[in-house]
Amino acid sequence: MADLLEPLCRLGSQVVERIWRLGYASRFFVAVLLNSGAALRRYPLTLREIWFSGVLSLIIILVSGLFVGLVLGMQGYEILQRYGSAEQLGTMVALSLLRELGPVVAALLFASRAGSAITAEIGLMKATEQLKAMDMMAVDPVARVVVPRFWGGVISMPLLAAMFSSMGIFGGWLIGVVVIGVDDGSFWSQMQSAVDFRYDVWNGILKSLVFGVAVSLIAVFEGYDSAPTAEGVSRAITRTVVTSALAILALDFVLTSFMFRGTS
Amino acid sequence: MSRTTLDLWVGFFVALGIAALLFLALKVGSFTGVHMDQTYQLQAKFDNIGGLKARGPVKSAGVVVGRVSDIRFDPETYEAVVSLSIDARYTFPKDTFASIYTSGLLGDQYVGLEPGGDERKLAAGDTIFKTQSAVVLEKLVSQFLFNKAAEGQDPK
Repeated sequence: MADLLEPLCRLGSQVVERIWRLGYASRFFVAVLLNSGAALRRYPLTLREIWFSGVLSLIIILVSGLFVGLVLGMQGYEILQRYGSAEQLGTMVALSLLRELGPVVAALLFASRAGSAITAEIGLMKATEQLKAMDMMAVDPVARVVVPRFWGGVISMPLLAAMFSSMGIFGGWLIGVVVIGVDDGSFWSQMQSAVDFRYDVWNGILKSLVFGVAVSLIAVFEGYDSAPTAEGVSRAITRTVVTSALAILALDFVLTSFMFRGTS
Repeated sequence: MSRTTLDLWVGFFVALGIAALLFLALKVGSFTGVHMDQTYQLQAKFDNIGGLKARGPVKSAGVVVGRVSDIRFDPETYEAVVSLSIDARYTFPKDTFASIYTSGLLGDQYVGLEPGGDERKLAAGDTIFKTQSAVVLEKLVSQFLFNKAAEGQDPK
């Protein structure tokens, strides 16, 4: 009987553990927001984190944006020319990038490039007891270490997503207009008549902002909550990447379902 | 010294991000044209609006002069009441003719306004009485088939 109960007990303790962590993460999020004033007062710290998570992610974001755009241009042309509407290529590339691919892929890249680095940094600081030392010196580690990294990520994310989308549209233009030979004028004019600033561009920016908050929060929380050992830090990094990816995709579904509802 | 190079990089990053946003807003999206500042409302009643949707364009001579703001069903006359927001720069004669067209073979449907010769102009809140419904493809096809069938029976 006890053998049968044991898996159930383990499942139960797992569930309780998850809910416990969720509650802790929520309280942590509130603490980060309450301490955000410090990030504004000590803006050089935030600036350094923008450099760390934004500027250093620039290359991977721009290059992947270009490649995604190139692929969209090729695949889009292949499909659209079957229906004899290859001049809609610009519309297709721009809408798929602005609404979905730009924010989502940029956030996934950001989570694996910058999120994992943030978790590793905070986790190692905890493992080497630097956070405790700060606490001893009456320096709040949340305000000094966590908040600048959080805001650095939140500020970088929409800018990176916008660059990703722009680069992707450039890539689509490169394949469609320069290589395949779709008419340049109709590529841009079809795109401009179909893309609405508030509906498409603005909602995309809003999405990337939400993803930025989610990824940055997960990264700093996993670092702060990691077990202070080498193994604990490596597990925390894995959790950051996995949880961020799941959170991004799930949030994307939720956001899309109430942002892009067909109007009629 | 290292602080200033850092500032330079962050500044470069932020400038690039803002440039990307501006590119998306101005070159990719249509920031102007969709949102007309001043509009007035007209109404038109149609027997059948086909696939017309709210936010669809209102065109005259092919130029976008307004948007479809609302579509309602009138339970008394069993007609569709379409509200049009027309750009305040344009006025149309009283006997303007409103019809529903399709752009291209499978494109979106829009309201086309054809001005008449009346001296008096339509004012805000007026209703356009002369309308023509959307062409429903199924009706057209069945009409064609019935005609063909009728032709086939004639010689007997």
